[in-house]
Amino acid sequence: MSATAQSKALARREVLAAGGLLVAFSFSARSLAQLAGGGEGGAAPKAIRPDLPGSLKSNPELDSWISIGPDGKATVFSGKVELGQGIRTALLQVAAEELDLPPSAITFITADTARAPDEGLTAGSHSMQDGGTALANAGANVRMLLTQAAARVWSIEPDQLTTTGDGHVAAPDGRRLSYGQLATRLSLHVEAVPDAPRRDPRQYRTMGKNFPRVDIPAKLVGGEAFVQDMRLPGMLHARVVRGPSYGTRLAAPKLAAARAMPGVVAVIENGDFLAVVARKEWQAIKAMRVAQESDYVRLLPPMPAADGPHHLQTMPSREIVVLDTHDGDRPAWKTVRGSFSRPWYSHGSIGPSCAVALAGDGGLTIWSHSQGVFDMHRAIAELVGLAPEKVRCIHTPSAGCYGQNGADDVTAEAGLIAMALPGHPIRLQWMREQEFGWEPCGCGMVTKVEAAIGPDKRIAHWTYEVWSNSHNTRAVKAGGYAVAQQVRPGFAPQEAKPIPMPEGDGDRNANPLYVFPNMNVLYHFVPEMPLRVSALRSLGAHLNVFTIESTLDDLARAGGVDPLAFRLAHMEDERARAVMIEAAGRFGWSHRSRPDGRRGCGMAFARYKNIGAYCAIVMEVEVERETGAIKVHRVNAAVDAGQPASPDGIRNQVEGGIIQSLSWATHEAVTFDATRRTSFDWGTYPIMRFRDVPGAIDVHVMDRPGLPFLGAGETSQGPTSAALANAVADATGVRLRDMPLTPEVVKAAIGLIG
Amino acid sequence: MLYGMLFLPGGALFALALTWRPAIAPIPVPAPGSFPAGMVERGAVLARLGDCAVCHTADGGRPLAGGRALATPFGTLYSDNLTPDPETGIGTWSAEAFRRAMKDGVSRTGSHLYPALPYEHFTHVSDGDLDALYAFLMTRRPVRQKAPANRLIPPLGFRPLLAGWKMLFLHKGAIIVDPARSAEWNRGAYLVEGLGHCGGCHTPRNIAGGEVRSRAYAGGIAEGWRAPPLDRSNPAARGWTPDAIYTYLRTGISPDHSAAAGPMGPVVESLSAVPEEDVRAIATYIASRMAGADAGSPSRPTPDDPVRAARLFPEGATLYAGACAGCHGPGAPMMGQGRPALGLASALRDEVPTSAIQAILRGIEPPVAGRGPKMPPFADSLTDAQVAAVLGYARSRYTDRPAWSKLDRAVARARKESAQP
Amino acid sequence: MTLTIHVNGTAHKVDADPETPLLYVLRDDLGLNGAKYGCGLGQCGACTVHLDGKAIFSCVTPVAAIGDRPVRTIEGLGSIEKMNPLQQAFLDEQAAQCGYCIAGMIMRAQALLDVNPAPTDAEIRAHMQPNLCRCGTHVRILRAINRVAGRPVRDVAA
Repeated sequence: MSATAQSKALARREVLAAGGLLVAFSFSARSLAQLAGGGEGGAAPKAIRPDLPGSLKSNPELDSWISIGPDGKATVFSGKVELGQGIRTALLQVAAEELDLPPSAITFITADTARAPDEGLTAGSHSMQDGGTALANAGANVRMLLTQAAARVWSIEPDQLTTTGDGHVAAPDGRRLSYGQLATRLSLHVEAVPDAPRRDPRQYRTMGKNFPRVDIPAKLVGGEAFVQDMRLPGMLHARVVRGPSYGTRLAAPKLAAARAMPGVVAVIENGDFLAVVARKEWQAIKAMRVAQESDYVRLLPPMPAADGPHHLQTMPSREIVVLDTHDGDRPAWKTVRGSFSRPWYSHGSIGPSCAVALAGDGGLTIWSHSQGVFDMHRAIAELVGLAPEKVRCIHTPSAGCYGQNGADDVTAEAGLIAMALPGHPIRLQWMREQEFGWEPCGCGMVTKVEAAIGPDKRIAHWTYEVWSNSHNTRAVKAGGYAVAQQVRPGFAPQEAKPIPMPEGDGDRNANPLYVFPNMNVLYHFVPEMPLRVSALRSLGAHLNVFTIESTLDDLARAGGVDPLAFRLAHMEDERARAVMIEAAGRFGWSHRSRPDGRRGCGMAFARYKNIGAYCAIVMEVEVERETGAIKVHRVNAAVDAGQPASPDGIRNQVEGGIIQSLSWATHEAVTFDATRRTSFDWGTYPIMRFRDVPGAIDVHVMDRPGLPFLGAGETSQGPTSAALANAVADATGVRLRDMPLTPEVVKAAIGLIG
Repeated sequence: MLYGMLFLPGGALFALALTWRPAIAPIPVPAPGSFPAGMVERGAVLARLGDCAVCHTADGGRPLAGGRALATPFGTLYSDNLTPDPETGIGTWSAEAFRRAMKDGVSRTGSHLYPALPYEHFTHVSDGDLDALYAFLMTRRPVRQKAPANRLIPPLGFRPLLAGWKMLFLHKGAIIVDPARSAEWNRGAYLVEGLGHCGGCHTPRNIAGGEVRSRAYAGGIAEGWRAPPLDRSNPAARGWTPDAIYTYLRTGISPDHSAAAGPMGPVVESLSAVPEEDVRAIATYIASRMAGADAGSPSRPTPDDPVRAARLFPEGATLYAGACAGCHGPGAPMMGQGRPALGLASALRDEVPTSAIQAILRGIEPPVAGRGPKMPPFADSLTDAQVAAVLGYARSRYTDRPAWSKLDRAVARARKESAQP
Repeated sequence: MTLTIHVNGTAHKVDADPETPLLYVLRDDLGLNGAKYGCGLGQCGACTVHLDGKAIFSCVTPVAAIGDRPVRTIEGLGSIEKMNPLQQAFLDEQAAQCGYCIAGMIMRAQALLDVNPAPTDAEIRAHMQPNLCRCGTHVRILRAINRVAGRPVRDVAA
């Protein structure tokens, strides 16, 4: 470690011990961003070659990524997994492009701990930045080696040769050699070089094109597509038996009665971890119901039913200074103050978590939809008492997870049950109410802001605070699983830690990309978690962008400045300005209708983590004053994700993010009393349905040929909720700061007249 | 003879003359600022208590702009536009015209209004409250929307006939205050008998469609659902205390009874947003009307005899296990979350199976703020015979009541009544 | 107990407890993947199939209730080689993200198109209300259905 890093680490330890302020480091954004998966928590793989791009840092050998067979077809390995975000197809396009092969000539293998490179988590919008960059460069390296091999055969300079797109290297005089023939002449067990020439974007055959997703057809016809569809010979069905939510247990589960039910082959009892296993699925469900007929007791402290996320402001916290700049006193002309909040959210995966596990021959294989199968295999090895190399975790898709839902827990629990019944494939399916009750929630958070503009209508000072738990409690050791504190002997829980900037977690995007003077941004990190929480798509960016963009609108209005003009006046980043201007132009911002008490327009912008994709959102809403219901008529979005692998893939993700963010902002809140979560089904946790979906959504992907990939999966969450609140403020004159903006909340705020 | 022939048309003309009401002159649309804010606010509360928006809003339409189809035994009516639009709404109605409509069932132009507008209840509303309601309506945003033409069975579309109906069934005058009762009870009486118009559903009607006053709150029908009796014949397993009624009306579910379903859904949605003391008053009054109802003590467990029920309804037992037990059976998540057991559901214990049938056919949507009990509809998956079997099983498992007779015929009838007009 | 049910035009004998919800019989006894477990409570529609032409929740329909009535699942609409017009429209619109809800969506939409070949946008939205999507694919789903309904496709990016 360098002297600077050492002294920084030392200073941090001392300061933390004193419980005082911690000054954030100023690592370069680029270098930290390039830590494969390390920015989202999880145990990042070690960087062996820090000079290589993306995940090549930790997996520099080319044959970790690519192999070319004698038939010229390629097998490509990726540590990134398909979560429904289309990454399998996008990465396939990247690999196909740089190898200059048609996608149909490639077999694409995603995260299997026995076969694929460890790329850490598939999270944080890192897949294109890390995985895509790695594959692009690995592909370029392999193409370079194939070209060099052909050059040696023909005794021609390599720069005279081209690849043909169909698996051949060609000489200027027309001679061709197939990849298959060339591959036998070289070994790919070599480390990549950082500067292998990339293909010219003007000649792209696959990248940047809307290549149909390879996983969709099977999903339209009932093909086997999900972990839930796996059927192994002799497979048994398992169900967990547990209390209604995390932190509870059943007082008197009826295990004897469950054991006596037809088809039940085992009842697992390991401390407080209980499960039933049966031959048929319905038998397992019935046995579970019989066992669950019991009162419950709460094991953890009561949940804050009275004050919700504001309870965090009363709990012990560590202060992390995100920004502290001093640019001299500026006179304040108009000041805006506010406190904003969001409740705890459910991931709301349509398919409750599921895993299939098989133990035997001293090993354990689990098919899992976890975002971090590499962490899984290590942590589960510790949990069940096997060496890590004896536990193989194979990613198999499930429903969208949008962060850490029950996937990790169900994987561990399936592993435990399988170890108790070796030789029998075990399919463990969480029930709907178990997913709602036990999965980690998205963090409830509170922010507070005070900002002023001067007589020049520019921001004079900006003071910001945010309260949050850690957004990343993913299991990297056995103790991270819910079940780890249930089994005997148990494991100590993992310590919850904040994710450092520039990624951040509760403070993600608390540092505006705009240029403001006199900024003070403080993150109150609260280690103790009233509800079980972990990452939910965009982490703290959702509330932070909501807060910042609402405040900018209020300042603009106070100063009599158009909201778009006000933002542009403070934004120097050209690509940020471009997406705002693009979205506003397509929306017709300059000639938008005047607000009339019902209809209004609002906009917002953010660059995810200030290092991800840029996104501007503009929308028109109509508030039904009699009921407080908000109808979103139309949304325009502009997204800059660098060189797109699949433009339509980006559009799909952004459209989806817009609808999800609108649902969070208008419908959602995990409810609870002191002892248990009370949102346990879709009746008690309603999300947006078809009637409320916007009339039209238009997503424009900016054309940025050749620019580095930027992850777009989480870029629209923050700006969409903010644009909604801004549109409602425009329509009604009322600023709403606490999500969800339900009809009751809106109605109470806008009153009766009009 | 000649004189007799003169008398006939003369008599008819005389009768027709009796039905005639004068038009009240139109006024310019009042400016929204011409009503004090406090009056408008009170009017908003009263509008919720009277559920104006429920009937006067089309499915997916603008609130209070009318156009909702109301199926009656006499044909289909469409509700009027209550927004202050001058041409299609009540924008040119004076306060006097509005009061006359609510108390006498006569429109501004003098034509009689169908008692789909429950003016036999609204006639008891005080002038002060009517003026507040008027202030609220006249300060809504005008919506230009004309309701479709009514489709009544001839000759029932002939409005002057309504004068006769009113002579029989419209009993005007204020609600008499009972000095022996508390202020809360009297307020409850005023609200229930007036704006709340609970009797409009919960009182049986005669063949002419008028409420049978001698059997007030003995049970009735609303939109194909059974409005249970709110008198001593109420079938609940546990008593409807004022607290229980309050909780039910406010949240849409009573832990000792069941969830608000069908037409009660919108009612509790409205009542969830009015002042607490008004709902308490309603609860106190209604509880008193149910005095004498045979209900067990809160601690007595309700029946649960699956063995007997399976013997009597074997097919019902199988269907129940696969279709119902996932939510209603022991160990189900709803049970673990404190939802009331089926043995507490009045609909299962009632003389008439209609509400239980409709709950199965149509399901239940969360009654308040879109969040709460949610039950799927089974109309498309279970046949009439299957609904009858599962209901027969549930009644015999969870109640000690005699079996309903001719259940599958009742199911078929209820299914027909569910169909949209 | 052995029951016979008619699924996608074929009679199948299944050995299942008669109270077993149809969802598990389809998936575990007949090996059909389309209908999925989303909630088991009739609230999300991931299990939607057709019974006698109507869209139903197979998770709360006991197999004993089926009788002679024909059951149709997404496997009965088309295959990868030959999709039906609605499946093809979903493919052309790339109307899926995680795809978990999509089989249920297609079955619910098909039930509408079978009785009303040209529904309005409002009719489609009202009809699809019982089915949940969490990824936010609604706009594409509506576009796919509108395609088959022959209505002009509403804006959204080229």
